[in-house]
Amino acid sequence: MTASTLAPIQSALHSAGPQAASIEHLWWVFFWICVVVYVITIAFFFIAAIRGRRRAEAVDNPAHDRRLGIFVSTCAAVTIATLFGLLFSSVATGNAIGTFGKNKPGQIEIEVTGHQWWWEVKYPDALAPANQITDANEIHIPIHTPVLLRLDTRDVIHSLWIPNLHGKRDLIPGRVNKFWIQADRPGVYRGQCAEFCGYQHAHMALTVVAESSADFLKWKSHMGEGAPTPMTPAQLRGQQVFLSAPCAKCHNILGLDAYGTLGPDLTHFRSRPTLAAGQLLNTRGNLAGWIMNAPAIKPGTTMPPNQLSGQEMSDLLAYLETLR
Amino acid sequence: MTELAVLPPDFAKEAAIMEKTWASKPGVIGWLSETGHKQIGLRYIVTAFLFFLAGGIEAALMRIQLLKPENHFLGPDAYNQIFTMHGSTMMFLFAVPIMEGFGVYLVPLMLGTHNVAFPKLNAFGYYIYLFGGLFLYTMFLLHAAPQAGWFSYVPLAGPQYSPGKGVDTWAQMITFTEVSGLVVAVELVVTTFKQRCPGMSLNRIPLFVWSMIVVSFMIIFAMPAVMIASGYLSLDRLVGTHLYNRSEGGDPLLYQHMFWFFGHPEVYIIFIPGLGFVSSILTAFTGRKIYGYTAMVSTLVVTAFLGFSVWVHHMFATGLPQLGESFFTAASLMIVLPTGVQIFCWIATIWSGRFRIATPVMYVIGFFLVFIVGGLTGVMLASIPIDWQVHDTYFVVAHFHYVLIGGALFPLFGAFHFWFPKWTGRMYSEVMGQISFWLLLIGFNVTFFPMHVLGLYGMPRRVYTYQPGMRWGNLNVLASAGAVFMALSVLTMIINFLVSRRAGRVAGANPWNADTLEWSLPSPPPVYNYLHVPTVSGLNAVWDAAPDQPYVTGMRFDRREILITRVLDAEPDHTEQLPGHSPWPFVLSCTMCIGLWGAIFFAWWFTIGAVLSGIALIGWFWPSDRELEDHILREKGELGGLELGMPEPVREEMP
Repeated sequence: MTASTLAPIQSALHSAGPQAASIEHLWWVFFWICVVVYVITIAFFFIAAIRGRRRAEAVDNPAHDRRLGIFVSTCAAVTIATLFGLLFSSVATGNAIGTFGKNKPGQIEIEVTGHQWWWEVKYPDALAPANQITDANEIHIPIHTPVLLRLDTRDVIHSLWIPNLHGKRDLIPGRVNKFWIQADRPGVYRGQCAEFCGYQHAHMALTVVAESSADFLKWKSHMGEGAPTPMTPAQLRGQQVFLSAPCAKCHNILGLDAYGTLGPDLTHFRSRPTLAAGQLLNTRGNLAGWIMNAPAIKPGTTMPPNQLSGQEMSDLLAYLETLR
Repeated sequence: MTELAVLPPDFAKEAAIMEKTWASKPGVIGWLSETGHKQIGLRYIVTAFLFFLAGGIEAALMRIQLLKPENHFLGPDAYNQIFTMHGSTMMFLFAVPIMEGFGVYLVPLMLGTHNVAFPKLNAFGYYIYLFGGLFLYTMFLLHAAPQAGWFSYVPLAGPQYSPGKGVDTWAQMITFTEVSGLVVAVELVVTTFKQRCPGMSLNRIPLFVWSMIVVSFMIIFAMPAVMIASGYLSLDRLVGTHLYNRSEGGDPLLYQHMFWFFGHPEVYIIFIPGLGFVSSILTAFTGRKIYGYTAMVSTLVVTAFLGFSVWVHHMFATGLPQLGESFFTAASLMIVLPTGVQIFCWIATIWSGRFRIATPVMYVIGFFLVFIVGGLTGVMLASIPIDWQVHDTYFVVAHFHYVLIGGALFPLFGAFHFWFPKWTGRMYSEVMGQISFWLLLIGFNVTFFPMHVLGLYGMPRRVYTYQPGMRWGNLNVLASAGAVFMALSVLTMIINFLVSRRAGRVAGANPWNADTLEWSLPSPPPVYNYLHVPTVSGLNAVWDAAPDQPYVTGMRFDRREILITRVLDAEPDHTEQLPGHSPWPFVLSCTMCIGLWGAIFFAWWFTIGAVLSGIALIGWFWPSDRELEDHILREKGELGGLELGMPEPVREEMP
């Protein structure tokens, strides 16, 4: 089953933050001016065509051409004036967005790293680097707060695009691109990779959860905690499966002897809404299918198929269920 | 208005000699040795059209895959190969070559000369293009096509993330088609500047020829950029250089700059010939010269210059400094002006002309309706903030299809119908022509208009599927339904042409009462084009011809002799003899294939190919007996009439 029922919005025309709102506004300015230009030009064309249809003989003399010259020059002058108007409004909007967040208090910095084909999300802590939080395929942000995103990539070029909040920005090897987002309405917004990045470019989505400051801090402090200790025998056996199977080579679980960085951090992964970068809803059934044969679901993924017995699988699932 | 006289009977003897001098050779070897511009031009057009059909089938497969969310019709592997092939085919193997084909076919006819300047080189350009395309499709059929997109961004297309030979094939195909593009560009520039018939000064060159000159110069400046870009990519992949590898001091953005320095002018290279078609068709169907000839020519030139200063608008999301990007916004907006002036001049022409309607004009109307939408969405994309939102979404897919199909394909189909009588001597079926036009207009808009909305609603480009909850399904179904109409339109047109080619009404020399020189020739034109080089006394050569319009005489009929004129005023200067048939262009392109294809698999093939190509070039330049004979005679001063200076170029000889 896919993430059909989740369907958070992903639209440039439903802005939820100041950047997307000013772009949306600029878009409508451009849109209506272009509509007017189109209607006028096509009207000229058809009027000319009707006029031309009625003539018995083409007119081609200097006096007539002078009148045509006035028509063409006027149209050209109006075109230039319109273009300058559009240019100024565009540059003004771009400037406002580009300087957004400068000298604003209460900034949060988040590092987003692109991988083929998922997003690694880190909340660095400048004072205590050990307290850094690592998440994947979801970004939690408090509303009404400017958030600085630092974008980097581990492999090819990706592009982060959360249309309800802002336009896109590329993740380019060897450069750290920065840009500001801010949400003014609480909600869940979907984003997606917008630069072709190979096989599973289509399945490289993430969710942005915009929530009140209190909720955000609660979430953050929960994320800072390590994974809970397994309680039941099944969970304990499952933890051993996790450590002995290839899982721990690629995945990290805080508080466990698993430090892999090739795949997403799993410390609290059952609290995320989706699996496999937005492709699957995060249900137990989907998780089992994903562990058994991920390449069948997402061809090209680096997650290998795993041959586990029924018992091992149910133990593993019991353990993973605790990672909330 | 006077039509130039069609070949008079009392020149039958001369015509027979010319027929023999310029005749094609029989057999397969004769076919491969052909150097006539009409044959080569038609081969370009037919080959490019076949690639267009292939690209269309790929588009259809993509439309089927996107019919519903999480569709399993194509997997990511096949889809990524197919969209890469679609883009590469349409840009490199269809759009540019077919326009070049029209140039090769029409320019010498419009200028009143016998062939292009370098016939052997011209043939070579065709084969190298054909082989580049065939190589790409061979790999595609072997399921080893590139799958990094027609733009092949690094590092995705680099050695680490695209193993296999697909991207190497792509890069080599680029080299082949760009060599071919450069060949045609040089041909057309030299032909236009040195072979115009007397009287055709710069201000009397038909607008279509001007559009091809402008495009040729753009090719000469743009193509080297992409050849370097793809050449570096090949080096990174085959030799292990790290020109684009950031961790070794290279830079992936370098590739993007070079690619788009070519890539944006490429758009103009594709649709400026379309503007030329529109001018040709409108002149014929309004019965008057295009209003504002000087403005039309200078706006073409301005477009070409501005076209080279807008490439960064493809890179607004890469995080370049915003102030610098703003200059590219300004340039991208300003490029609207020259195209706008052209549109206003055409409207003025229609207003004051006697406007007749036939299929070619219908396609011009389609051009106005569609292309202007593309131009206006282009205005939106020039704005940096708007571009941040819609860049790399279906909005952009809609935009450039409106520009390219509107600006190039509609005029191209108009041109097919317009010159069909000239190529075949017969008229197409007007009813079927109109049907195919309406199918295309409706189908196109149903297919591509919803994509604007899809893009704004968040659908990125180049995704092989999308998820059910995204609510993109219905619009995608609509788009796919429109594609059916487009396919039917093309099918109707093909049937129309195939049937009319044999069964159509006989067209005569000038069925449209058009103005350019090719319409003074019988349809189809004789193999040598003009028995006597004509002269012109106005912009609209056929209309402005005096009843006693003189011809150039005194040129040899038993040699492939052409008249060279001066650049500005086309005064006769001297004559030159063009080479005849030669198998060497074909041989040289084969040896180059050995070198360049082989190099993908094993580096030594490059050396082998280079040596073989050297041998082929020796053969190419080896003079024929006749050329030697003529050379000796010329040295002795015994070859009358071939001296430089042309003592009496123009003699009145009106039949």
